Amino acid sequence: MAVNYIYPEYEVVRNYDRCIVCRVCERQCANGVHEYLPDLNKMTCDDSKCVNCHRCVALCPTRALKIVKSDNTYKENANWSNKTINEIYRQAESGGVLLSSMGNPENYPIYFDKILLNASQVTNPSIDPLREPMETKVFLGAKPKAIKRDAEGKLVDNLTPHLTLSMPVMFSAMSYGSISYNAHESLARAAKELGIFYNTGEGGLHEDFYKYGDHTIVQVASGRFGVHPDYLSSGVAIEIKMGQGAKPGIGGHLPGTKIVGDISKTRMIPEGTDAISPAPHHDIYSIEDLRQLVYSLKEATDYKKPVIVKIAAVHNVAAIASGIARSGADIIAIDGFRGGTGAAPTRIRDNVGIPIELALASVDKRLRDEGIRDNVSLVVGGSIRSSADVVKAVALGADCVYIGTAALIALGCHLCRSCHSGKCNWGIATQVPSLVKRLNPEIGYKRLVNLMNAWKHEIMEMMGGMGINSIEALKGNRLMLRGVGLNEKELEILGIKHAGE
Amino acid sequence: MREGQIRIPSGCAISGIIDKTGKRMSGEAIIKSISVMHDRSNGLGGGFAAYGIYPEYKDFYALHIFYENTGAKKSCEEFLERHFDIINLSKIPTRKVKGITDEPLIWRYFVTPFATKLADSQLDEREYMAKCVFRVNTRIQGAYVFSCGKNMGVFKAVGFPEDVGRFYRLEEYEGYCFTAHGRYPTNTPGWWGGAHPFALLDYSVVHNGEISSYDANRRAIEMYGYKCTLLTDTEVITYIIDYLHRKIGLKMEEIASVIAAPFWQTISRMEPEKQKYHEYLRNAFSAQLITGPFSIIVGFDGGIMALNDRLKLRSMVVGEKGDKVYIANEEAAIRIVEPDLDRVWAPSGGEPVIVLLNGGVNSGS
Repeated sequence: MAVNYIYPEYEVVRNYDRCIVCRVCERQCANGVHEYLPDLNKMTCDDSKCVNCHRCVALCPTRALKIVKSDNTYKENANWSNKTINEIYRQAESGGVLLSSMGNPENYPIYFDKILLNASQVTNPSIDPLREPMETKVFLGAKPKAIKRDAEGKLVDNLTPHLTLSMPVMFSAMSYGSISYNAHESLARAAKELGIFYNTGEGGLHEDFYKYGDHTIVQVASGRFGVHPDYLSSGVAIEIKMGQGAKPGIGGHLPGTKIVGDISKTRMIPEGTDAISPAPHHDIYSIEDLRQLVYSLKEATDYKKPVIVKIAAVHNVAAIASGIARSGADIIAIDGFRGGTGAAPTRIRDNVGIPIELALASVDKRLRDEGIRDNVSLVVGGSIRSSADVVKAVALGADCVYIGTAALIALGCHLCRSCHSGKCNWGIATQVPSLVKRLNPEIGYKRLVNLMNAWKHEIMEMMGGMGINSIEALKGNRLMLRGVGLNEKELEILGIKHAGE
Repeated sequence: MREGQIRIPSGCAISGIIDKTGKRMSGEAIIKSISVMHDRSNGLGGGFAAYGIYPEYKDFYALHIFYENTGAKKSCEEFLERHFDIINLSKIPTRKVKGITDEPLIWRYFVTPFATKLADSQLDEREYMAKCVFRVNTRIQGAYVFSCGKNMGVFKAVGFPEDVGRFYRLEEYEGYCFTAHGRYPTNTPGWWGGAHPFALLDYSVVHNGEISSYDANRRAIEMYGYKCTLLTDTEVITYIIDYLHRKIGLKMEEIASVIAAPFWQTISRMEPEKQKYHEYLRNAFSAQLITGPFSIIVGFDGGIMALNDRLKLRSMVVGEKGDKVYIANEEAAIRIVEPDLDRVWAPSGGEPVIVLLNGGVNSGS
């Protein structure tokens, strides 16, 4: 029916003067956009299949290709955008739930961009990280409430299990299945080289990666896929995933087509079966149940590993975090509504949850007001885009951040937001062997290491400018922040002053 | 505008003298010492802490209180009468000095908590005392307790420190230890309570510098029941020391390892046992690390600790002569009272100099 025709949102523009008909674009596009016309000895393309991943653009040897936003439009309407209208056409045709990937792209406020950092002038000196030590090492875990001394009066180490990181950034949970073997290997190797951690997500841990266990956080989510005693013991910490910023309140679904070979083995489910993670953990219907799971996991690992509880940033996040801080958990991870995903219902992703900056500020404050901030460390993600976001998050009160999308971009992701198709041309969010091998983990891990080293340098520069030479003196140091263009209520929640105050 | 309404960074001068044998000396020397560093303050605050000055009342808490008016005095005294047995009360003797004006009512009370009240509170005596002082300072408008230790007292005002000393007739007191502070705030507060030293129980701090970790330290310490009402560095440093020493039970040298922790690169070169010690303290008390420039002198019952920030961004010199130890920003401030020193040195950043009564000088040098 003609009404179902949707003009492509992006057009592939080929400069035929430059095109040498090498057919690289055709071979590189898993979506079948490009086609060779032998009779004309010419390339053609079907824009409607294009996801705008830029694989062909990046690999075209003569720079003959570019992708532009289409200027084809319905009659302009402030209320009914092209996107909204098209979604209705699609749903009227299919009767289905709209699916999306990666983080919420809609135009909500980005508070990090409305927060500015301080620097020293006259009354105290800035510190040059090239000349003086500048420390970014952090510990994650509970702090002791009292000290202990031995018979000679020496301090006894009474710390509970904790994580030690060279810088306050970790790679957030992305399962083997949602991303490729090579993507996982890149993350694992980079974490090891950097002295930080990556996270298995809910997909188990491929046996090849057990050797990176010292830099691995293993996740236990509602489907319990891939969870067994060796798995729990293989990492340095266990994360219970209660929620995800991209899709708070709902579970996960890895289609059977992706459950092949090693993925089936790692998840411990038969090939071709859908891996469905329920919305809630069916053994956790309230906070006291969470406590039981926390201690079950601690029992299973001899109380040697810190337990992280990851939640999505939702309206009541401060009260929820307060409950978790008393549940025996050592670390709380909060995922903001901009957090990424391999697949989520569009309406959920774009309309559920709250910004991480506000969630972080209110959780940190609530835990301090209740005197339980030392029970846990706070890790925030969704979305941290740069070293400046890291510094702002730490100053708001985070101990550490999780990055997912930024790490994938370092590996080549161009944010086409089509992960759910399974045809990632960059070899990241796919299990198609010919696509997976496009991501070389040898190069991938180095790019992640580069990105983190670059951020670390920038973090040190910003800290030095503020006259701070150790990251712990930045944690919760909200006086180093000022808001611009924020209203009184926003400033109050963030616990910061307005610029000029 | 006064302290508490706005955060005021300030530069400063500090000085301290202690006699290790506990022999008492007059306040004359400390006034002389701090007056040499006149240009390090700007007339907007000066003060002294004196230890061992009230031997006849040594078992009682000495409260020094500023009142803005008689109404505040009345409310405060009602509060004191409900909570304490007041052994003695009087105006603190002062003399008129040019340059010291607008003085509030300045009163001194020697008190001890009512046994029944104390038992009801389920607190130990010092915590009860600290809680009462916080109560007065936050709830009673116009009353401000600026000293509340045993056998010690703080004397402070708006003015140059040497004038403040004469104003309080400090030369008439005798103590085993004195510290002094001259203030150079970057705006013009006119409130006496905002001058330094800052004290809680027998802990007093004089401080020179502006710390960059302020809000991290403040928000952390407020979680343990402290209320930073003045928004000054000295206040938060005093609370950190009180918390770590009195509540947690760390020793002074351990506290120095927390607030001016050695750098990780330094720690990595230490013996394994030392590494473990520092790693433990830096992890367990990470929120009490202080960054940015500071030199501080901490007075406490039975001793004194001088400490610089980990990079030594502020000057501090220590001199020794016989049983006396002198500490000041500038050597001149020591030489003026003791030209012939046995030893003089500048401690490294983060290296505490701890002087205990009847003990030696604990220092790396």
